[in-house]
Amino acid sequence: MIEKKMSTIEIEQLYDLIAEGIDKAGPDKTGLFLAKLSLALANLLGDSKAVADAVLAAGRDL
Amino acid sequence: MDGERPAKPVAIVGAGPIGLATALDLARFGVPCVLLEEDLQVSEGSRAIVLTRRSLEILQQLGVDQPFIEKGLPWSQGRSFYQGKEIYKMLMPYDADDRYLPGLNIQQQYIEEYLLGYCERHPLIDIRWGQRVIAIDQDDAAVTLGVDTPDGEYELTVDWIVAADGGRSTVRKLLRLRMEGRSYPGRFVIADIKAKIDLPTERLCFFDPAWNPGNNVLVHRQPDDMWRIDFRLPDGETEQQALEPALLRQRINAVLSMIEQEVEWQLDWATVYSANTLTLGEFVHGRVLLTGDAAHLLPIFGVRGINTGLQDSNNLAWKLAFVVNGWAERSLLDSYSQERVQAAREICAEGGKRTRFMTPPSPGTRLLRDAVLSFSLSEDFLKDLMHWRTSRPHDYRDSALNAFAEADRAFDGGVACGQPLRNVKLAAHDHLFDTIGSKAGFHLMLFVGDEGLTPDLQQILAATENLAYPIHRLLLAPDQARTYSKYAASPGTVYLIRPDLHVCARWHRANPREVVQALRRATGFAEGGCLS
Repeated sequence: MIEKKMSTIEIEQLYDLIAEGIDKAGPDKTGLFLAKLSLALANLLGDSKAVADAVLAAGRDL
Repeated sequence: MDGERPAKPVAIVGAGPIGLATALDLARFGVPCVLLEEDLQVSEGSRAIVLTRRSLEILQQLGVDQPFIEKGLPWSQGRSFYQGKEIYKMLMPYDADDRYLPGLNIQQQYIEEYLLGYCERHPLIDIRWGQRVIAIDQDDAAVTLGVDTPDGEYELTVDWIVAADGGRSTVRKLLRLRMEGRSYPGRFVIADIKAKIDLPTERLCFFDPAWNPGNNVLVHRQPDDMWRIDFRLPDGETEQQALEPALLRQRINAVLSMIEQEVEWQLDWATVYSANTLTLGEFVHGRVLLTGDAAHLLPIFGVRGINTGLQDSNNLAWKLAFVVNGWAERSLLDSYSQERVQAAREICAEGGKRTRFMTPPSPGTRLLRDAVLSFSLSEDFLKDLMHWRTSRPHDYRDSALNAFAEADRAFDGGVACGQPLRNVKLAAHDHLFDTIGSKAGFHLMLFVGDEGLTPDLQQILAATENLAYPIHRLLLAPDQARTYSKYAASPGTVYLIRPDLHVCARWHRANPREVVQALRRATGFAEGGCLS
C-alpha cells in the first residue's frame, strides 16, 4: 500500500495542476509529459525502493 | 412610477422553496410580505430531492419541519462502485446530539406543498399567482415593480424586493446582473421513475459502467417508490437525442439491471442538466436582494442548490426584518451580501472540484479521474478524492458582525464566532434547538455556576431587558454537563447568538457593556472599527 503523505486539499490542488499540464501538452504529447513528470518526481523523491513500489502499484488494474 | 402601496414592506418574487421559506421567516419577526409567483401553481421547473440537516434545522426554526420528517427518507451513507467493486463507502458524520440525520430525501413538490400550506394559512403573507414581473424601478425611497397578470398590468411599490425567482431569475435579468464563474460542458440526464425497488436509502454512485463507458450514474431513493437516476451523456449527444423515449428507456433499463432490480417502472419526469459554478459578486442591489438560485447557480453534486438557498434565506430574513422594523441599521443588509457571496464562492470552488471529478471537462481532468479510479482498486491514498462533500452550514468566521475576537480566541474548543450553533440532546425527545430555534430573535446563553447568578450575569440580564428587538436569555446550570462541554463553558461563560443561529460573540467572563456593544455590532451599528 502506498502511504498517504499529503492532505486531501494538497492532493486536490496538485490534481488540478497536473490535469492542466496534460491539457497544455495536448493529446499527442500526454504520454511524454507524464513520463517526464514521473522521472522528475522519482528524482525529487530520491528513494529507489519507493519509486519501484509506485511503478508496481501504477501498473495494477490498467 | 408610483404604484399600489399595499402596506406591505416587502415583495418576494418567486414562490419556490426559497421564496416561501423567506416569507415564513420574515413573518416570524412580524414582517408582512406580498409573494408574487409567475406560474398559476407550485413550480414545475426544478426538482431538488435532498434536504440536509441544516435545512431541517432551518425548517424547525420556521416551525414547519414536522411534515418533512413524516414524509422524507433519512439517510447517512453512500457507496461508490467501479468495475463491479465497491471502492468507497462514506458514512456522513453525525453527532449523537443531532436531531436529524445528515440527509433527508423528499421531492421538491412536497417541499413546496408543505411550505405553501403554512404560507397560505399565515395572515401576514399575501400570495398572488400568475404575476409576471416586467419592470423594476427604484430610488432612495422605494422600489416599484411592474407586474403583468391575466387581468392586466399593475404597479406595486414596496420598500424591499427579495428575488427568489430561481436560476432563470427575471429580476436578475431586469437588473442586467452578470454572474462570475464557470460553466461545465458535461451534460446529464436526470430522470425520476416510479418503481418498486427494495433497496435502502443511500447515495449510490457507479463509475464507468459497461453500458455508459467513461461516465457515471447516481441513484437515489425518494418517498412514494420514486427513484432518481442521474447519468452523464456521451459527449456530443444533444438534449433531444438523450430524451428520445426509446433510448431513455434502454438506458434506464441498463441502470436497473446494474443495480439488479429489473422491475416494471414508469417514467415520471426527465430533463437534461449541465453543471455551473456561477455566482453574483453582490447580492444586494439597492432595494433588491437576491437569494437562492437567482443569486448563484451551483452544481448538483453535494446537494447544494436548495440547501444553499435555504441558508441564504435564513441569513437574509432576520436582517431584512430588523431593518424593516427599525431595529437595525440598513448596513446590516450589506453583511448578508458579504457573508453569502463568500459562502457561494467557497461552494463554487468546492463544487467545481466535485464537478471536475464527476464530469471531467477536459482530457487532462478525465485522465486524472480515471487514474484515481484505477488506483482505488488496490490503493487507499487517493480515496478521499471520492468524498462528495455535501452542503453544510457556512462558517461566518470573517463576518463584520462578529465581535471581541480576543475573547473568542481564548476558548479551547466550543463553538467559535461565526460558526453555526451546535445542537445538544437534553433528553430523549428534547434538543437545545427545540427551545432556542423556535424563538425568533437573538439568543444569550448564560452558563451559571452552582452559586447561581453572579452580579455580572445579573447585570447582563438587566442590560438586555428592554431592547427594541427580541432577545431570549437561556440560563444553563452546571447539571447541563453536555452543553457545558460542547460549548467549552465554565460558570460565567456567555454566548451571543444571531437569529440565524450562528455565534457572533462569546466570553469566558462577560460584562454588560461588552454584551451591549456586541449586540450593536451584530445589528449593523459598527462604531469605531473592529471591537476586538
